[in-house]
Amino acid sequence: MDRRKVLGIGAAGTVGAVAVGAVGARLVGTAEASERRSDTAAAVGFHGPHQAGIVTPAQDRLHFAAFDVTTDKRDELVDLLREWTAAAARMTGGQDAGTLGSVGGFPEAPPDDTGEAQGLPASGLTITIGFGPGLFRDANGKDRFGIADRKPAALEDLPHFPGDAIQPEISGGDIAVQACANDPQVAVHAIRNLARIGFGRVAMRWSQLGFGRTSSTSRAQATPRNLMGFKDGTRNVKAEDGADVLRDHVWAQPGDGPEWMVGGSYVVTRRIRMVIETWDRTSLGEQEAIFGRDKGEGAPLGAKKEFDEIDFAARNGDGDPVVPETAHVRLAHPDFNNGAKLLRRGYNFVDGTDGLGRLNAGLFFIAYQRDPRKQFVPVQLNLARRDRLNEYIKHTSSGLFACPPGVSGPDDFWGRGLFGA
Amino acid sequence: MPTRRPLAIGAAALVGLGLAACGGEDGGSAGAADGKIVVTATDTECKVARSEAAAGTVSFAITNSGSKINEFYVYAPGDRVMSEVENIGPGVTRDLKVELPPGTYQTACKPGMGGKGIRAAFKVTGASKPLADDAELKQATESYQRYVESQTEALIARTTEFVTAVKAGDAEKAKTLYPVARTYWERIEPVAEIFGELDPAIDGREDAVEPGQQFTGFHRIEKDLWETRDISQDGPVADKLLADVKLVVEKSKSEKLSPLQLSNGAKELLDEVATGKITGEEDRYSHTDLWDFAGNLEGSKNAVAALRPVLDERKPDLVKTLDEKFATAESTLGKHARGDGWKFHNELSGADLKELSDAINALGEPVSQVAAVVTSK
Repeated sequence: MDRRKVLGIGAAGTVGAVAVGAVGARLVGTAEASERRSDTAAAVGFHGPHQAGIVTPAQDRLHFAAFDVTTDKRDELVDLLREWTAAAARMTGGQDAGTLGSVGGFPEAPPDDTGEAQGLPASGLTITIGFGPGLFRDANGKDRFGIADRKPAALEDLPHFPGDAIQPEISGGDIAVQACANDPQVAVHAIRNLARIGFGRVAMRWSQLGFGRTSSTSRAQATPRNLMGFKDGTRNVKAEDGADVLRDHVWAQPGDGPEWMVGGSYVVTRRIRMVIETWDRTSLGEQEAIFGRDKGEGAPLGAKKEFDEIDFAARNGDGDPVVPETAHVRLAHPDFNNGAKLLRRGYNFVDGTDGLGRLNAGLFFIAYQRDPRKQFVPVQLNLARRDRLNEYIKHTSSGLFACPPGVSGPDDFWGRGLFGA
Repeated sequence: MPTRRPLAIGAAALVGLGLAACGGEDGGSAGAADGKIVVTATDTECKVARSEAAAGTVSFAITNSGSKINEFYVYAPGDRVMSEVENIGPGVTRDLKVELPPGTYQTACKPGMGGKGIRAAFKVTGASKPLADDAELKQATESYQRYVESQTEALIARTTEFVTAVKAGDAEKAKTLYPVARTYWERIEPVAEIFGELDPAIDGREDAVEPGQQFTGFHRIEKDLWETRDISQDGPVADKLLADVKLVVEKSKSEKLSPLQLSNGAKELLDEVATGKITGEEDRYSHTDLWDFAGNLEGSKNAVAALRPVLDERKPDLVKTLDEKFATAESTLGKHARGDGWKFHNELSGADLKELSDAINALGEPVSQVAAVVTSK
């Protein structure tokens, strides 16, 4: 049953009507539809050539969860993926997770939907799945489900980066699920119901809430700010960048690796704890020098506007670079990383306090890309070695997952290509 | 599960029917009623003279030729205990009579009174008389009541020993008896919880005590044993504990749990594990939570087992899942067995506890489906 029948149908109608050109028509259409409706309740289509939740305009809220697969039976895993796909299609459409619903079942049985999203619209919910390296081979090298020969080379474990303080218990995982929505309750509801469906086949390993997006993935969106107060993701890959950019930087292409990943993307997650208390005691000038942008407009140092080109060659009166050699924008820029770009989709988080009188806060970094070996890894190596921001941040969790292409229709399911079912 | 067994449990009624069958060959040929099936148990073997019998009353004569105390069980699928005889000393022969409808069973000797036992298949032939739905459900209630009875006698016996040690001021002995007595309590908690006022008096934790109430029962003595380390004033508390336990046992005899109560009891026992035992809250002073964990798990399994004939008929897929998940939970817990008991909660790593939690979550979901199956027509 629709949680909010009228709104649900209305939203679908709007989306369907505005299918516009160039890149992944459905997604652009959705973006424009949302913009025109100027509300955040609409449903984002679930089926299509790519998974939603990647170039979809970044929603405001995140619940990201990583699961370990606990069953050793391939059939059970495949059944789970089918059940998850069906539930995800329902929930992203603004419906209950199960067919009986929160209150439609037998009084003696627990409901097949947990119920906290009753009355809430779809809220732009997207649910995106990815497969971790451990799904293909476990820690002992065992081919758990007969798919080891289909493991993409691009899914090799990320290296240790200088300064990493990765906690294994909140890192990695066999399957990741990213739920993004404009209502936090809707995002949590999605993860919670998938976790429940999965009990006995998967167990949640870790999960992360994000309360505010730190990137825009569409030009229709303003650039948001991270908890350091700076605009983040000004030069992000965006839906409107055109098919060429998305092809070159986001979607796995034929010949890149195994066939089942064509149209998919690789996601890297990093929980970046910020020591915001010491950052807040840092002078404005130094903060801006560390980022290489001004804090108000977000313009590159030496420029006027946020989207102005960065002049890396410019020098000040003393002969020093206007954008310092160790500035974040310089080290992360494609010009200094063989042209590598990332589609970032991170979220601010505050996980309570740390017991030392400080907020346990930071950025949950999420980046989609065509091949992490050529994109995230070299960029992060560059940053980890030289970025002055490292004084204020610490990477505490890390994840890498291969997100398969989209689900084509009701008969398809997440991972069908991988499992050849 | 390597939990301790009572030394003398309700087998009394089953003994006394004759100790004659020592050593003789099995004389009966046709009906089981014609003769006893001879079982020769040693420390390593369990020889059952026949592996087949006709439906009806089947009699066994079990001789313990080994050196360890032995037990003999007849299990229906899903480890549903059809009947059992415990505490068979070396050289002793005991009889067991059990009513068995046609079907496949397992016999088991348990030298040393622990583990899954030495199993063998046992077949009962004859015309199958399908029970009416309500008869099946009635049977579930009776089956579970047999289980409760078998536990309550041991509960009183163990609690008496515990209380005696406390009153004698023997703290070391009381500490070893505490988790053992609780095991029986935890197995039958769905029954105990029916008697609202007695449950908190026996098993209430300090933080749950309401203003005006006394902190009594197991956990009060636990605190005095492990934390304040002074049981010199606990005589009245110990007496009251035993009196309350006896009262629960007395009341439970007239209490018949409905199939719905059984289903919910099975689920609630696992909820108890998930919220109280895995977190170490239940036995926060003694850290003996794993004894309670094992008790709850076994209690849950027995409640589900009592419903098994109904479930088998209505939803065999669920039965398969339940079997698997109970087995996983048991083997996961089994990793932490030590001697006749368990490791302490504070000896387990975070990863150990996560694994146990995952196993209980995996089991809890299918168990939560049982109620709707047994109540639907």
